[in-house]
Amino acid sequence: MNPSVRMETRDLSVYYGKKPGVKEITLPIYDRQITALIGPSGCGKTTFLRALNRMHDLNPVVRVEGEVLLDGKNIYDPDVDPVVVRRRVGMVFQRPTPFPTMSIFDNVVAGLKLVGERDRKRLRQVAEEALKAAALWDEVKDRLFSPAAGLSGGQQQRLSIARALAVEPEVLLMDEPTSALDPASTQAIEDLLASLKERVTIVIVTHNMQQAARVSDHTAFFLDGSLIEFDRTEKIFTNPKDPRTEAYITGRFG
Amino acid sequence: MNLGRRRFRDRVMAALVVLGTLVVLVPLFFILFYVFAEGLGALNWAFFTQGPRPPGEAGGGMLPAIVGTFVVDLIALVLAAVLGLAAGILLAEYPEHPLNPPLRLVADVMAGLPAILMGLVAFVLVVKPLGHFSGLSGSVALALIMIPIIVRATEGVLKLIPWELREAGLALGLPRWRVVLSLVLPAARGGILTGLMLALARGAGEAAPLLFTAFGNPYLTTNPLEPMDTLPLKIFVYAVSPYEDWHRQAWGAALLLALLIMAASYLARRYAGGRR
Repeated sequence: MNPSVRMETRDLSVYYGKKPGVKEITLPIYDRQITALIGPSGCGKTTFLRALNRMHDLNPVVRVEGEVLLDGKNIYDPDVDPVVVRRRVGMVFQRPTPFPTMSIFDNVVAGLKLVGERDRKRLRQVAEEALKAAALWDEVKDRLFSPAAGLSGGQQQRLSIARALAVEPEVLLMDEPTSALDPASTQAIEDLLASLKERVTIVIVTHNMQQAARVSDHTAFFLDGSLIEFDRTEKIFTNPKDPRTEAYITGRFG
Repeated sequence: MNLGRRRFRDRVMAALVVLGTLVVLVPLFFILFYVFAEGLGALNWAFFTQGPRPPGEAGGGMLPAIVGTFVVDLIALVLAAVLGLAAGILLAEYPEHPLNPPLRLVADVMAGLPAILMGLVAFVLVVKPLGHFSGLSGSVALALIMIPIIVRATEGVLKLIPWELREAGLALGLPRWRVVLSLVLPAARGGILTGLMLALARGAGEAAPLLFTAFGNPYLTTNPLEPMDTLPLKIFVYAVSPYEDWHRQAWGAALLLALLIMAASYLARRYAGGRR
């Protein structure tokens, strides 16, 4: 199997003021595969992830250098609209972020409704598909119009995933999506990832090495803002090339 | 230190806090009680349905001033809300905008200016060009007083909304203005409404900036381009008059004004709280 490259970073560096958060990362992200980013706290994996859909744009002290190619086009080119980039490259955050003033249904279709989609039938259909894809449909189908804030943490996170899927992104970035959840909810989301990768390319940041080993096809190990090693997941976890990778995955630090 | 002494100190401190609270509350209750006691007797049918009588003649009412208060304050609130919300949103949601430092300076200076100066500004901006006093010019003066309050309240409330909410919206591919309009503002609605009510309460109580703008008018009018009466203006004029009946009516007007402001803020809170 030889998957094609969907996204690619070339010498990507992100600076917080003068201090580099990540340094000269060159990394391919394969189409409809799951790429895990692992490494100890503060190693820059989240910083790297947020550079992939221009989430750093709003922070004036952050500067991004290098290239992020999406289908061969640099998303930091001046003629690229960040709003379009984020529509194609969605994101799920560490903590669930339901929109507090909206119902479950409105949350899921927010990305469509708020840009002018009015067709109730279409919205209804999209909501059902997204909620099914996020394995939440059965739990909420009878209360679609009650407030999203009433869901449990695990349900809220799956709602966030459904909401991200509803706009049909090509790539989905996930920043430690299960770190705030209990084991049962974590299990539900991990099961979900396997089915999602048929339709969307996934990049997942995780603190949990077992999770990376379980769900991902490729793994990148970050340390102090640098990419130490990138390979197929089973290679990283069975036969890493770099001694620092080995030290990390065997639990000697981090 | 032994436990008994600690407990004793704790009690003393708690008692001091309660005492301090009472010292603050007592004058407040006294004011309210006094306004009720003096004003309640003036509130009769004529008070709400008739215009004022000539000086020295007993009877008559506040109808022109009541109507004028509603018209002047409502226009002022709409003007101030539009400008104040816009400025507050710019300050909180677009912190990197180059207009922000001068905007913040202007808002801070405005907040510190005496109300009567706002009347002077409205006099120059509206009364002079129109050539006559008007309810509208009074609204402009009151709006200038309300704006800095609304700006500060709006900015403060918006900054309390977690940043993650905005990022979640942006990550869906929503434009920034849409995130502010459809996600951030609804989440901050209760606080923003409270800010508007605070500003209304402040503006509605002002007489000084209306003296040479709205000016006062003994005849009933709903046209904001004509001079208008308001309750604070009437309170001022009647309170300094030599007539006993006018003093009584001034108390009535003060009571009515207090009740109106309390009702407005109660309704706003209830309305905002019900949907949060």
